[in-house]
Amino acid sequence: MKTEKPRWSAARAEEIEALRRRYPTDHALLLPVLWMAQRDFGWISHEVMELAAETCRTSPAHVYSLATFYTMFELEKPIRYHIQVCNNLSCSLTGSEGILAHLEKRLGIRAGEATADGRFRLTAVECLASCGTGPAMQVNDAYYENLTLETVDALLEEWMK
Amino acid sequence: MVNPDSHALVSARAAGAYRASAKALAEEPEEIVRLVKDSGLRGRGGAGFPTGLKWTFLPKNRDATYLCVNADESEPGTFKDRLILEKDPHLLIEGIVIACHAIRCAHAYLYIRGEFCLPYERIRAAAAEAYAAGLLGPNAGGSGQPIDLTIHRGAGAYICGEETALLNSIEGKKGQPRMKPPFPTNVGLFGKPTVINNVETLANLPFIVENGPDAYRAIGTEKSPGTRLMSVSGHIEKPGVYEVAHGVPMRGLIEDLAGGVRGGRKLKALIPGGSSTPVLTAEEAYAVNVDFESVQATGSMLGSGGCIVMDETTDMVWALDKLAHFYAHESCGQCTPCREGSGWIAEIVQKIAAGNGTRKDLEKLESLAAQIVGNTICVFSDALAMPVVSHVTKFRAEFEAHLADRASSSAAP
Repeated sequence: MKTEKPRWSAARAEEIEALRRRYPTDHALLLPVLWMAQRDFGWISHEVMELAAETCRTSPAHVYSLATFYTMFELEKPIRYHIQVCNNLSCSLTGSEGILAHLEKRLGIRAGEATADGRFRLTAVECLASCGTGPAMQVNDAYYENLTLETVDALLEEWMK
Repeated sequence: MVNPDSHALVSARAAGAYRASAKALAEEPEEIVRLVKDSGLRGRGGAGFPTGLKWTFLPKNRDATYLCVNADESEPGTFKDRLILEKDPHLLIEGIVIACHAIRCAHAYLYIRGEFCLPYERIRAAAAEAYAAGLLGPNAGGSGQPIDLTIHRGAGAYICGEETALLNSIEGKKGQPRMKPPFPTNVGLFGKPTVINNVETLANLPFIVENGPDAYRAIGTEKSPGTRLMSVSGHIEKPGVYEVAHGVPMRGLIEDLAGGVRGGRKLKALIPGGSSTPVLTAEEAYAVNVDFESVQATGSMLGSGGCIVMDETTDMVWALDKLAHFYAHESCGQCTPCREGSGWIAEIVQKIAAGNGTRKDLEKLESLAAQIVGNTICVFSDALAMPVVSHVTKFRAEFEAHLADRASSSAAP
């Protein structure tokens, strides 16, 4: 379903033009522009891909290939809390499997799913470079480290208010 | 005592930051290249290639040169560059200024891992401070030469830590590695000669410039001079980043500095240099020193210095399952042996870990690992094959114990 055509704000357009001067090709603006788009519009819809393509003077198909290659671009409408639990070796050695299972139980979903009210999505992710402070998770832009079941419960209480 | 504002310019200045870059900018670039070559500084991203030598590969006559700073740090077990970016970003920026001057580069691009939200904020704020203070910009450090720094954020792809995938990612393409040759020093970012250096490598430059190559060589070993940031994680009492002189015994790092194996248990295995480096048995780990040559002599590598400690309770099949899953997830998909092989390997390891594997599966696992090595554009396949081979070879009895047909196999002739 098509949504209203997204547009850059004047301030953002100015920022993009300033950034354009730092790169010898318009193509190189793609990743920064997609980040800005995700910040401004919440997610990367097909319409946002068209805007990014226009801004970077490339094809929407190319933008699509990028947006789907990099895992941090949200291709669905955003949820309030995206909980990403590190599933790699160091975090697993320090108990991340238990943290993930506890979150699955508390939220009533499996990793890879979102709650019915759209507030939480739970994902098992690869190394967050928090190996020395594992088990760790990233929730939106923030890292939570040295997790225990108690700290996870305390965070959930806060977010569920 | 930890300074909570260590990332700020005022704190960095108080600790002597930007003295070395001022000194470097007053010298001829060739002199800085000579200093770095004489210091014996080796790259800290994984390969350990001599930094000064890499710089000399740039063509003599060139119209533009780029420096790319690899701050993608995605190797499991490694978190040292994150520390520099968060706690001492001006040390890195000073190193960037020195490197830019040495290689006659007017514009550096720093590629930072997408998940690094706080490090991204910190390095951007530090760059803004450096611009405001005239340390970066059209007249960097009052030298009359321009040095610009653009910070480019990745978006979630381990492969972008591979140097040519990093270049493609900055150029607005999928982060897939390029065929080499041509090497980036000849044809790199935007088609121009480019040097790609790791964060920790560049953070060594201020010391070398300020104190000279002899002072640097006085630390560490002959072939691995200087110090090393070791990230220690897993079953360890005091996980963290430790700066040690190259050549110190691994036993000292694990037992003295990092407090020993957690809960007083015995060491079973240790990954010395990030997840892609072959695992060591406890005996091998306790006999090795923390330097490139010593670790290489064991058949492993010091790599990115990501030291993962596993105690006697660790199921090594489970550990390999974690690693294989990672590589299957992160293959960029460009080369068939890697795209198909990594998924196939992960599937087999998972089958064995679940107790459903057969002796034939174990043989297939080894065969697949042998077939993907060296048959792809980059070394990602090798990075998976090495843990597979080392885990299966060194802990074979554990793999065999997981096999579903172990009873009938053991009865076979």
